[in-house]
Amino acid sequence: MRKIFNKTLLEIARKDARIHLVLADIGYGEIEGFAKEFPDRYYNVGVAEQNMTAVACGLAMEGNICVTYSIANFPTLRCLEQIRNDVCYHNANVKIVIIGGGVSYGPLGVSHHSTEDIAIMRALPNVVVLVPCDLQEAESATHAMMEYEGPVYYRCGYKNERDIHHKPFKFEFGKSITVEDGDDATIIFCGPIGFEAQEAVIAARKKGINVRLISMHTVKPIDREAVITAAKETRKIITVEEHNLSGGLGSAVAEVLVDEGNLDVKVKRMAFPDVYVHEVGSQEWLRSLYNMDASAIEQEIYAICRT
Amino acid sequence: MTKKYKRFADLIRKDCLRMCHIGGSGHIGSMLSSADIVSVLYESILHVDPENPKKIDRDRFILSKGHAGAVVYAALCEKGFFPREWLPTYYGDDGKLMGHISHYVPGVEYSTGSLGHGLGVCCGMALAAREAGEKHRIICLMSDGDCNEGSTWEAIMFAAQQRLDNLTAIVDYNYIQALGFTRDIIDLGDLSSKVKKFGWSTCDIDGHDYLEIENSLSKLPHEKNKPTLIVAHTVKGKGVSFLENTVASHYAHISDEVLAKALKEIGE
Repeated sequence: MRKIFNKTLLEIARKDARIHLVLADIGYGEIEGFAKEFPDRYYNVGVAEQNMTAVACGLAMEGNICVTYSIANFPTLRCLEQIRNDVCYHNANVKIVIIGGGVSYGPLGVSHHSTEDIAIMRALPNVVVLVPCDLQEAESATHAMMEYEGPVYYRCGYKNERDIHHKPFKFEFGKSITVEDGDDATIIFCGPIGFEAQEAVIAARKKGINVRLISMHTVKPIDREAVITAAKETRKIITVEEHNLSGGLGSAVAEVLVDEGNLDVKVKRMAFPDVYVHEVGSQEWLRSLYNMDASAIEQEIYAICRT
Repeated sequence: MTKKYKRFADLIRKDCLRMCHIGGSGHIGSMLSSADIVSVLYESILHVDPENPKKIDRDRFILSKGHAGAVVYAALCEKGFFPREWLPTYYGDDGKLMGHISHYVPGVEYSTGSLGHGLGVCCGMALAAREAGEKHRIICLMSDGDCNEGSTWEAIMFAAQQRLDNLTAIVDYNYIQALGFTRDIIDLGDLSSKVKKFGWSTCDIDGHDYLEIENSLSKLPHEKNKPTLIVAHTVKGKGVSFLENTVASHYAHISDEVLAKALKEIGE
């Protein structure tokens, strides 16, 4: 996914001279195209994420569009106050891009797991939170992000993401995409882990259970209408995200349901159970270990449909 | 020549005291130590226009020590950026002036309040100006506390690397931070020499000597291809004898009695 992001960004940057890439010495093998083609709009501030964000904000305050870019939590948590006080409070046109959402960098360890980012970023006013699930969505989300004026957080995957969308769609902030139709239950997911959910939905369908599958690519602003409609029409919702249980997509969906009130709906949130993922292994293995793979999701479908 | 600076600084100091009095707020010591620098900036140095606060070629002035925001509010008010009636609303319910400097106030370039934010943003603004071939300057007024923050040193290194000679930082070095004297907490020592070794052009001035302030700011940059640091040695609480060089001046409550005494010292 990082490749399609960088490719798309470069294409957009060719048409808009306001676009700057501000890095903190991360991006080997990915960012060279931009750096080579636009050396005057490319800054590597060194290993200094606070300054990366501050410099991007200063450039953006002068009418530019800036992308800050690094892996995992480096462009978010390390410089969270710069994101809050500088970028978001000033509504600066800065796009905060991470590579490796969730446990994409599984074996690298906890420092490289971005598993609280959605909760933390969506708590900030003025910022849009995007979590694309596959290459098609990643490309569309990149276009939408760069056209939008204001702060955006873009949680990019890393590599080998599987295709989830099999038909064209219109990508709009705050408008989720229904990937599979169904009325027996709904799975709302964000990010590449949606592929696991999709496999579960296909398996359940073979057993006569039709599950609606929704990609909530914009966690903030969330698509309230899709959540409420799913609650009313299917009365069972499972959320799936590669993130900690606290404050992420599941929480965002639950907030919509609570705020709406008077809904007869069962909800199951699938996420990391408020832990640091200290076990060593690949993204795929860790999903399986934490019961977030296709087979675990399939079992949750049966469980929620039984009750 | 320096008379106008003294006059303006006195006005600012008195406005700050009145604001802290009415707001029941602190940080008067940090405002008073900066008042002479701010006076020279707004009287002679900064190209800013109250009729058009967002004019494209204005100098960008960022107060990184946002807790001293009232000193800039006072200067902006005196220069006509907003009506005098706003000053007594400082810190109050439905007030126009937030405790820490706010870009919602006409003439304020940027909001700060947590230390270590200003200089990095100034670096971005300086890059933007250079890229666009614009001649305006970017001037950042910082505190010694600001220089405790790692982010400030990230920006110091970056500004030198990028040869940002349209960037000037002034440190209001009053030797007192929130809980005591800098020498007892984080001793910045010879800040000017340190930053010089990082690749800046630096100088030391008496931050209460109007001519020295004016001279240091009248010809920028001091060296081509280098950002400029002016270490302004100041006295916290300057201008009000019983507040001067005291840690308490960071928090002092300006009672009716203190206000009257302080205003009398400055000269009503």
